[in-house]
Amino acid sequence: MIRRLQSWEGFLFLVLIVIIAGNSWLSPNFLTVGNQINLFQLSIEKIIVALVMTFVIINAEIDLSVGSMMGLSACAFGWMFQQGVDPRLAIGICLLIGVAGGALNGWFIAKVGLPSLVVTLATLIGFRGLARVLVEDRGVSGFPDWFNALGQRGLIGPVPFALVAFVVLFVVLYVVLQHSGFGRKTYVIGTNREVADYAGIDTARHKLVIFIMSGAISAFAGLLFAARVGAVRGDVAQGFELDIITMVLLGGVSIFGGSGTLLGTLLAILIVLSLRNGMALMNITGHIQTGVVGLLLIASVLVPRIRWGMKARAAA
Amino acid sequence: MDRISPQTLRILALLVVLGLVVAFFASQIDNYFNARLFNRISSSVAIMALIACGQTLVILTRNIDLSVGSIVGFAAFATGNMVAGWPEISPLLLAGYAILVGACFGVVNGLLVAYARVPAIIVTLATMAIFRSLLVEYSGARSITSDTLPEWLVQFPNTVVFEVAGVQFRAAFVIAVLIVVAVHIALMRLRPARKFYAVGSNPEAAEMAGINIKATVFAAFVLSGALAGLAGFMFLARFGNITVVAGLGFELKSVAAAVVGGVNIFGGSGTVIGALIGAILVDLIETSLVRWPFVTEFWREAVLGALILMAVAVDAILMRRLIALRVRRERERKEAEAQ
Repeated sequence: MIRRLQSWEGFLFLVLIVIIAGNSWLSPNFLTVGNQINLFQLSIEKIIVALVMTFVIINAEIDLSVGSMMGLSACAFGWMFQQGVDPRLAIGICLLIGVAGGALNGWFIAKVGLPSLVVTLATLIGFRGLARVLVEDRGVSGFPDWFNALGQRGLIGPVPFALVAFVVLFVVLYVVLQHSGFGRKTYVIGTNREVADYAGIDTARHKLVIFIMSGAISAFAGLLFAARVGAVRGDVAQGFELDIITMVLLGGVSIFGGSGTLLGTLLAILIVLSLRNGMALMNITGHIQTGVVGLLLIASVLVPRIRWGMKARAAA
Repeated sequence: MDRISPQTLRILALLVVLGLVVAFFASQIDNYFNARLFNRISSSVAIMALIACGQTLVILTRNIDLSVGSIVGFAAFATGNMVAGWPEISPLLLAGYAILVGACFGVVNGLLVAYARVPAIIVTLATMAIFRSLLVEYSGARSITSDTLPEWLVQFPNTVVFEVAGVQFRAAFVIAVLIVVAVHIALMRLRPARKFYAVGSNPEAAEMAGINIKATVFAAFVLSGALAGLAGFMFLARFGNITVVAGLGFELKSVAAAVVGGVNIFGGSGTVIGALIGAILVDLIETSLVRWPFVTEFWREAVLGALILMAVAVDAILMRRLIALRVRRERERKEAEAQ
């Protein structure tokens, strides 16, 4: 099992190298520090949420409401800013909104026992609705310089705050998922919730915590979006959930829960970002880029199966 | 019939809820309950009902089809393109073309899910993007405009089949309802159609009973694609102007309609009539909230999300109670027999 997983990540790594080599061949600018940072910057909010989505899916659940929560958090910030609330306080309140939204999802899923697909579909609509209630059809901008700087200027050299946050989050979540009791429980519950229940794990609480994490990180990512763009509108981050889920699944996380790693997600993120960047260098438009990522997603499930099938036939 | 089946009960409950919603808004909004309300809602429900019907078939087999929105968009564009190049094409042939286009996309989904055994959510998440990018490629940045469409197609949404006291039963709505009812009767009465329920409620048992699971799942996706194709035809007729974003977001709306209509997201139970009423309910609430003076139109989605959540929670809790009640009665009956 571990060897198969390792080889999957090895395969992703190979794909990544091929894409990077291809991109560098296409454009000498690809490997410059500026382009690499830009490549991350353009999708930084999505890839941050993808990290915590890995936990959600390994736990055999799904969270479709992340994009709407990002929008809600960004719009709540914009609205509070308009009302003259101290931006620092507003940031805190936005994160609390994320916690509350995640708890709402988690409560219905873990305690009431409704399927996460349905609950988060409803909150996808509901959170987006609240975001629109707050800013209606206006755009809010003119945030303080220090706030915009968080998203736009370099914090350590040319590396912006959001990218630093991504790296720190990756390290922390990596340790939690692969080297802590919480992480082990996430896998066990994702593999078989009943067994986990019998083993004395409070599975409902665990799921609640994971959805709260998902809500809070999404709210954080929404704030980063507001800072990077310097403005918010009702449709901030609309449709991001599908891109985020695609990255996680491409990383080898099973949609049925219980398997996958954060390293796989990271490699998939790098693949998707490099691929999109490379296609942008070739003047391929956004919709087609998404289509190619879709093809990659299907291939990512089919290819290992074909290889596995050949091995089984060779053994027989 | 000494006792009502749970499915009939659910449809009746949905109709009661529908009545309550209408009564509520009628008490809130002046001049609310009239023929215009019906005419407006029936026009948009015609499109969503078809998509939700296909979505229900797929969900019944424990799968999901997230690509329907892209199929609607592609079918609408392809149909518009076809009729622009061949204006004298017969209406039936054109609708058939839309269905065929949709069914072809359904075949792709069905092959990948049923035969290559890739999870439906992964396949259709990917094909949602792929079909959309095919549309971008196929359209080449052009869009269909209503002035390239023949007169009959532009007039189609206003075609009234029959009228009762100002309430217009327009062609699109009548067709959609007829299709949903036909699918419902088939699902209830016809042996091949019962397989959708069998596969969804217990795949192992279905397999033991000699049901071809792969073929059933494949059929569900093809039908879903075909119905989305027909919905694309109606979308074209209704809006006339088709760009590459046509049908965007319909996948989640159709899932919402099915779920509100009592279709179990884990498969095996639910009805297409339920999904139709779900689609009507969602549309009714959306349209009515815009006219409700107490909230601005921006509250529409927020309220809708809350209502979906509530509907599903109440449904789940009631169903659990009902099952517990039945189990208890059964036990009491057995104890009484034993004594």
